[in-house]
Amino acid sequence: MNLTSDASVFWQGDFINLNLTIVTTWVVIIAMVGLSWMVTRHLSTTVKTTRWQNALEVVILFIQTQIRELGLPKPERYLSFVVTLFIFNAFCAIGNIIPGYESPTASLSTTTALAVCVFLAVPFFGISERGLGHYLKRYIEPNFLMLPVNVITEFSRTLALAFRLFGNMASDSMIVGIILLVAPLIFPIVLQVFGLLTGLVQAYIFTILALVYIAAAVSGREG
Amino acid sequence: MDGVMVVAVISIVMGGLTIAIGSIGPALGQAKAISTALNAIAQQPDEASTITRTLFVGLAMIESMAIYCFVVSMILIFANPFWKYFISKTGG
Repeated sequence: MNLTSDASVFWQGDFINLNLTIVTTWVVIIAMVGLSWMVTRHLSTTVKTTRWQNALEVVILFIQTQIRELGLPKPERYLSFVVTLFIFNAFCAIGNIIPGYESPTASLSTTTALAVCVFLAVPFFGISERGLGHYLKRYIEPNFLMLPVNVITEFSRTLALAFRLFGNMASDSMIVGIILLVAPLIFPIVLQVFGLLTGLVQAYIFTILALVYIAAAVSGREG
Repeated sequence: MDGVMVVAVISIVMGGLTIAIGSIGPALGQAKAISTALNAIAQQPDEASTITRTLFVGLAMIESMAIYCFVVSMILIFANPFWKYFISKTGG
């Protein structure tokens, strides 16, 4: 049993290798970009829009409302990064419907990459919005002695993001495989439906947590 | 029981016990958080979205404890440094 799709290697170079995770990520990226390009070819600003444009607008307006409710003044700056996170995670979770598909977020490499993206985005948005001095002053916020605690919090939040997403996605696919050995008639399907639900919930949680960390860095207070 | 057997037995047993005991506390904490959030939503249905968002953030913080136990369990099973050391001593 292949534990992660990192083990199926297609091509091995000196430092990098091409494994199933990377190929599936490329397929998901092509699907996302292709769908968005086809929808935005004929954008209409009147009330009469196509179904797909309506669906994309629902997603973008949903995230924009969340950003505004968190108190961030200009949602458009963070919208592209955050909506990409959400749609990528959602596509990876929904793709489990396709037989023979292994979600790229079920591999620790992908989730660590996404968590590192958030880890780099937080100081980027914080410094570009408030300046370097103000951002660094956050680390000694209540007291100077809290400096190591704040630094460790920063790293452990990133680690928790990566492992939360990886644990949820990998266990979803693994539990279906194990139940197939035990009670193969109806329960695997029920568990796959449940896996879809938790996959989308985890996509939402990842996005909301990334937004909360960015909001804490930009506005200087939690939440 | 030589050294290799002791390391193997303890690694396997602790790998299971870590995640089994370590997920009790966060589960209880999350249950209390969700029940309090449901009470709050029942009292003020207009603020449901704010309460839900705060609930998710709080659940993620509590879940971090279970994630740390999960990480230790995975390390014990998949990336056990003591196991590799013993295998290299007996094999090499």
